[in-house]
Amino acid sequence: MPRRRAQRPRPRPAAEAVLDTVPVRVKINGVEYSHTVEPRLLLVNYIRDVVGLTGTHIGCDTSHCGACTVLVKGLWGDGWMAVKSCTLLATQVDGKEILTIEGLAKNGELHPLQRAFWENHGLQCGFCTPGMIMAALGLLLRNPSPTREEIKWGISGNLCRCTGYVNIIKSIEAAAKEMREKGITI
Amino acid sequence: MYPRKFSYVAPSRVEDVLRLLKRYGDEAKLLAGGHSLLPMMKLRIVGPRVVIDLKNLRDRLAYIRDGARAVRIGALTTHAEIEFSDMLKREVPLLPEVARWVGDMQVRNMGTVGGSLAHADPAADWPVAMLALNATFTVQGARKRAVPASKFFKGPFTTALKPSELLTEITVPKPPKGHGWSWKKFERKAGDFATVNVAVIAVPDGRGQIRDVSIAVGSVNPVPYRAAGAEKMLRGKRPDAELLKAAAEAAAEPAEPTSDLRGSAEYKKWLTRVMVRRALEEALSRAGISVEVVQHA
Repeated sequence: MPRRRAQRPRPRPAAEAVLDTVPVRVKINGVEYSHTVEPRLLLVNYIRDVVGLTGTHIGCDTSHCGACTVLVKGLWGDGWMAVKSCTLLATQVDGKEILTIEGLAKNGELHPLQRAFWENHGLQCGFCTPGMIMAALGLLLRNPSPTREEIKWGISGNLCRCTGYVNIIKSIEAAAKEMREKGITI
Repeated sequence: MYPRKFSYVAPSRVEDVLRLLKRYGDEAKLLAGGHSLLPMMKLRIVGPRVVIDLKNLRDRLAYIRDGARAVRIGALTTHAEIEFSDMLKREVPLLPEVARWVGDMQVRNMGTVGGSLAHADPAADWPVAMLALNATFTVQGARKRAVPASKFFKGPFTTALKPSELLTEITVPKPPKGHGWSWKKFERKAGDFATVNVAVIAVPDGRGQIRDVSIAVGSVNPVPYRAAGAEKMLRGKRPDAELLKAAAEAAAEPAEPTSDLRGSAEYKKWLTRVMVRRALEEALSRAGISVEVVQHA
C-alpha cells in the first residue's frame, strides 16, 4: 500500500496583503479626507490634484527646491515636521495630520510668518514662498530663537530663484521675534 | 513625475518583511524614509514591482540605545534623530555632526541611517562615518549575521546585503573618552552630495602622542576606504606639520576619482589631501594633541 504523503503545510500568507490601491486617510488643515489611490501617488499630487489645495507648489520635483514643503504631525515624536511632499508617497502619511500654507491664516488673519514675509519684502515672484514659509515654520517649531546662521542652515533645502534670500531671512527673524513674544506657534 | 506602477505592502513585523523579500526577491524594494529610493523611482532609474514600506516597523527599528561599550542605532532611525541625540553628542559626537550635514532639514526629517547605508551611494556620508568608527551592521535574513562596515560596501549602490536580507541595526563601538574627531564634508552647495568627505577619530595617549587614529575617505572611489597607510604613519607619533602633510598625501594615494560636474579627477585628488589634513588637524586639536610647527631655517 502506498504510504500516504503527509499533507504539506500551506505557506502562511503574509500578514499584510500586497495592494494595487491603497487607502489614504489624512487630516489636512483640520479637515479630514479619505481616498483610495494608487500607491505611487505622491503626497504633493495628492494635496494638489486630489484634494485641490494648490498652494503647495511643485518646483524641481526632485527633492532639491523645497517648494513642496508641508508639515506632517507625528512622523516620529509628537511634533510637526517639515517634509518635501514631492518625495513622499501619499500612503506613507496615511493616518497623519498635515498642514499646508492654506492652513496658516486663522479667521482671516495671517500667521506672523506670512505677515513678516509681506512686511519685509520676503517674496518677489512668490513661487518659493509657500515652501519657504512652511520650512521656516518647521525650523521655528524646533528652534524658536534661531541665529541668522541657523536660519540659513534651516532653509538651505529651499531655493528662491529670484535669489531674495536676504529679505527671506529678515522675514523669518521678524516672525520668530513676534511668535516668541506672543507665544504663537501654529 | 510619477514612479512606475508598483504594488504596495506595509508589514508590521520583521518576519513578514523577510517572507515578502523571499517571495519577491529583487523585484521588491524596501522603502525606509524613501529619500534615496523615491527620487530614483521618479526618474525611472529603478522600477520595482513591489514596494515594501517599512513605516510600520518604526516601533521596533527606530531607536538609539546607549550601552557600556557601544551604542546601537536602529536602521529606521532618521538623520534628524541622530542630529539631535544628546547621548550621541556626548558619547559619539561624530555621528550628530555627520547627520547635520546630510541633505537638508526636510530630508533629515524623513531619511534614515539604515536606508542610506543600504543604498550605498559612493558619495553618501554615513558609510564614511561608520567605516571610521568600526561599526558593525546587523543583517537579518534566514539567519542573523553581523557584517563589519569594512566588509559591507561592495561597489556603487552595492552592499553585502542579499535580496532576501534586511539591515536592522548599526552597532557603533564608543571611542575612548577624550578622543578627538572630525567630519570634513566638501560640498559644492548646501545639501549636495560630497565632493570629498572625510571622517577622523584620534585617540591620544595622554603624553601628547597619537595612540590610535582612524581615517575614512569617501566619494572619490566606488566605495569609501580606510587610509591604512596614513593611519600607520601616525600611530605612536607626536605629530608635526610635516607628518600631517605626509599622512594626508598617503591618505589620498588610493583615491582614483573620476571627473564629473563636481570637479576634475586631478582637483578631487588634491582636495582629498586638503580635506584629510584639515580633518586630522581638527581631530588632533580636539584630542588635546598639539601639532608641532616645524621651523625651516
